[in-house]
Amino acid sequence: MNAPRRNMMLADALAQVGAVGLFMFSILAAVPKSLRHYRETVRQVWFVGAMSLVIIMTCGLFVGMVLSLQLYYVLTNFGGTAALGTVVALSMFRELGPVVTALLFAGRAGTSMTAEIGLMRATDQLSAMEMMAVDPMSYVVAPRFLAGILAMPLLVCIFNALGLLGAHLVGVSWLGLDNGTFWGNMTSTVEVWSDLLNGVWKSAAFGAVIALIATFQGYTTPPTSEGVAYATTRTVVSSAIVVLALDFVMTAFLM
Amino acid sequence: MNPRVNDPTRSNQDARTPAAGNACVRIRGLRTVLNGKTIFDDVDLDIARGKITAIMGPSGTGKTTLLRHITGQLAADCGDIEVDGRHVAGLNRTQLFDLRERIGYLFQNSALLTDFSVFENVAFPLRQHLRLPEEIIRNIVLTRLQSVGLRGAAHLMPSELSGGMARRVALARAIVRDPDLMIYDEPFVGLDPIALNQILTLIRTLNDTLGVTSILVAHEFSAVRRIADHVVLIAGGKFVASGHPDVLARGESEWTRQFFGGEADGPVPFQYPARDYAAELGFAAGAR
Repeated sequence: MNAPRRNMMLADALAQVGAVGLFMFSILAAVPKSLRHYRETVRQVWFVGAMSLVIIMTCGLFVGMVLSLQLYYVLTNFGGTAALGTVVALSMFRELGPVVTALLFAGRAGTSMTAEIGLMRATDQLSAMEMMAVDPMSYVVAPRFLAGILAMPLLVCIFNALGLLGAHLVGVSWLGLDNGTFWGNMTSTVEVWSDLLNGVWKSAAFGAVIALIATFQGYTTPPTSEGVAYATTRTVVSSAIVVLALDFVMTAFLM
Repeated sequence: MNPRVNDPTRSNQDARTPAAGNACVRIRGLRTVLNGKTIFDDVDLDIARGKITAIMGPSGTGKTTLLRHITGQLAADCGDIEVDGRHVAGLNRTQLFDLRERIGYLFQNSALLTDFSVFENVAFPLRQHLRLPEEIIRNIVLTRLQSVGLRGAAHLMPSELSGGMARRVALARAIVRDPDLMIYDEPFVGLDPIALNQILTLIRTLNDTLGVTSILVAHEFSAVRRIADHVVLIAGGKFVASGHPDVLARGESEWTRQFFGGEADGPVPFQYPARDYAAELGFAAGAR
């Protein structure tokens, strides 16, 4: 790649980051006004939260089951199967729960946010709102942003709960680990504030980032079917990268 | 068959040239270049208050762009646009929204909110800006839907409407707050003759009874002729003719003769600029 082309790509990337930053400030400025449309926010929480429950619960259950199965055989080598509940819970609460839920959330809710807003742009619905003196930032974008922040921690809690249930099913019901040992070691080791809530804070941040990326991509997409398709893809790819990078940064600070 | 809604002999209809001192919209030195193409080249225009002004012209000449300039959706490269005494370019977002609260805008593609029913679409501006009891909102909405002949369709979703019905719902939504300035972008597309007649009467009635200033972009000259007080013809980045529709229909200039006569040859090219036809097909000498 030659230098001018590289410089242009770098400038484009920086411009994109700047545009997302400005968009975030626009959302934050629109949040107070969007509280007037609280019903829209509730509707969005239902749409991105409740409607994502099936995929979150199913994946949570299977992630817990496979984690339990893998760890059981690893821990057997060290005679440490009694720690299975603790290790599964810490893995789920601190990392897997928030990160996997965020990736699923980006695929399920983020893409629908992008596609919906993109189609609203393509069919002039956003312009119609502007012409009716209704700010789309406060009526369309901010409620979805708030919904992302509110729904993600709830989804992570459900994901974690189903993950533990899956781990219990495999570890206790199938592989024969003692039920009291499984729960007892877990409850005596796992801290609510440092372990469980760390994951909840993370998930709220992931929800904000995914909603920001999804609404930005939808709001700025070219008003064509191809534009909406590309924007939807970009939402998933960008969200996955940013979530994993942010996870590292937040883990480093929250440890 | 169709009653002539607009009678040029009526005293309030003879504004063949808008009174400059009573202009609702005043445009001076407008210049717009989009994607390297000059859309407007230093043009002036006055839209008379309380009159129906039709903007006509070949496709792609900037009629919708002009409407977007007037409503502040698109900034001009140069020039000044004044709406009701306010310079659009100098308005901040709040002031622009204040101005738009007094403007009704009918979009070319209706732009109905697809998550809402017909009733909720029409009620949307009322719910967003006015704290009215539900019963009053209901009555206003049903009145507007009745005027466009769709009261019975209030429960339908936009996806269940035909193009013409969607346009009529959009019109009901645009007029629901009794705006001072109504802007219609292609309001007659997809309307059957009965609906067209009713919509023409509605537009004229709004103008006559409420004194609404109307700007109309349309291609159907027969419909425009029935209601418009003034027609402006755009071509080649300029306003090439203007006047009462009956006067323009006489085709006294080559622009109006070609446009209203539907002729391919004239100052407005039918063909989009392209290289030589024969050469492109490979028939030119030496091309093979």
